[in-house]
Amino acid sequence: MNHLLDSLLELIRRTSAEIPEDVNQALIQSLENEKKGTIAESALKIIEQNIALARQKSQPICQDTGSILFYVDCPVGFDQITFGETARAAVTLATKKGFLRQNSVDSLTGKNDGTNVGPGAPALHFHQHRSPEVRVRLVLKGGGCENVGAQYSLPIEKLHANRDLDGCRRVILDAVLQAQGKGCGPGILGVCIGGDRATGYELSKTQFLRLLQDRNPVPELDALEQDILQTANALGIGPMGFGGKTTLLGVKICAANRVPASFFVSVSYMCWAYRRQGVELDATGNIGQWLY
Amino acid sequence: MQRGTLASGFINHMIKLSFPFTEEKIRALKVGDEVLISGIVFTGRDAVHKYLHEGGQLPPGVSLQDGIIYHCGPVMMKQADGSWKCTAAGPTTSIREEPYQGQIIHDFGVRGVIGKGGMGDRTMAACQQDGCVYLHAIGGAAQVLAECVKKVRNVYFAAEFGAPEAIWELEIADFPAVVTIDSHGRSLHQEILNASTAELTKRL
Repeated sequence: MNHLLDSLLELIRRTSAEIPEDVNQALIQSLENEKKGTIAESALKIIEQNIALARQKSQPICQDTGSILFYVDCPVGFDQITFGETARAAVTLATKKGFLRQNSVDSLTGKNDGTNVGPGAPALHFHQHRSPEVRVRLVLKGGGCENVGAQYSLPIEKLHANRDLDGCRRVILDAVLQAQGKGCGPGILGVCIGGDRATGYELSKTQFLRLLQDRNPVPELDALEQDILQTANALGIGPMGFGGKTTLLGVKICAANRVPASFFVSVSYMCWAYRRQGVELDATGNIGQWLY
Repeated sequence: MQRGTLASGFINHMIKLSFPFTEEKIRALKVGDEVLISGIVFTGRDAVHKYLHEGGQLPPGVSLQDGIIYHCGPVMMKQADGSWKCTAAGPTTSIREEPYQGQIIHDFGVRGVIGKGGMGDRTMAACQQDGCVYLHAIGGAAQVLAECVKKVRNVYFAAEFGAPEAIWELEIADFPAVVTIDSHGRSLHQEILNASTAELTKRL
């Protein structure tokens, strides 16, 4: 009996089929806010029905079960190799059971072997800490929203975006404008100011591990998060880009140091089908508690 | 909040659209109309569009004349009796098919394109010229939309393109969508883009 395999399989199933409660609450609130009788309201009603149906049937919320991103917090000396092997086995099994679509394609040959396992898939991110707990968080990120992510290299003259917080604000709002309709809104932004091209995107995605209702401890970033959220929701883009009051459900921003020559703002967009869960494992590999 | 079934509050003003999807029925639709689609539709996404655009032929048994093409890569589970069950079937982003769609509408007599996120000028022009509409389904609503798939009638090109990219022949009933590009030269996507760009300019 492999407890870790069972735990990871259940983590995948639940992540694919059950929207986290913080996101569900935000969607219910946005349905209440939309004007009655509009197509925005219809869209949100269908979204709510879909969330309930997926949970009830234990089937994927969205058929694009996405890139499979594991984030593992582990103690020093943790066996990452065995974890990786078990995670790949769990992904293959979850695909056979229909919790995940056959969603991983060889980029050179175009072949899809139906396992969801291959070079770079699933993605595993390990982070060591000086305590004994093992926490595994999983994000399933669909391709529609991944495609509307954007990385800006400041300054950008045509957006009047200089190397300051106002410049960051301008490019983030530009990303919202460009994503309209395409990323399955209402969406959630994960943003990294700074870093290099790789770490910028990497850190922008870690913002999706935050609770939707949390507040940023850095005052400048907190103010920017609230400002972007309010401004985006005043643009009239709405759910699915149909028009309406709810364009974004949340904005999460972090900052990383940069080299003097570079100033990247990396914006990742998450669709309303925000599939993110996590577990803390006990010493035997069983699920101790759920993190969201 | 009602859950589990389609809420009755908005179903009444929806327009029923049933196979065959004749030009007359399609020309009667306007941007903003909510429709419930019933009949046969064929899925087709990136690989199929590229293939048809490059002169590929539809396999025997597939006709898009007065038909609907659905931008969708479903999750299908093979049953013990060899049949398929559709367990998730929301739309995929349509704009990737923009280089191909207009010509395919014209060449194959397509009357409706179901997808998400809207399409561009060339598709809009083909809709106007040939009598076709773009039907926006709710992205991500894979379970609600899978419930509308009553039968998986057949699958084509599964070996060549893989399951998500194959042509699946689906029998659907009361599949909800919104007309966002009509056959009269209107696009909700263009209108919202113009309005939201103007709103953003005021706030920079």
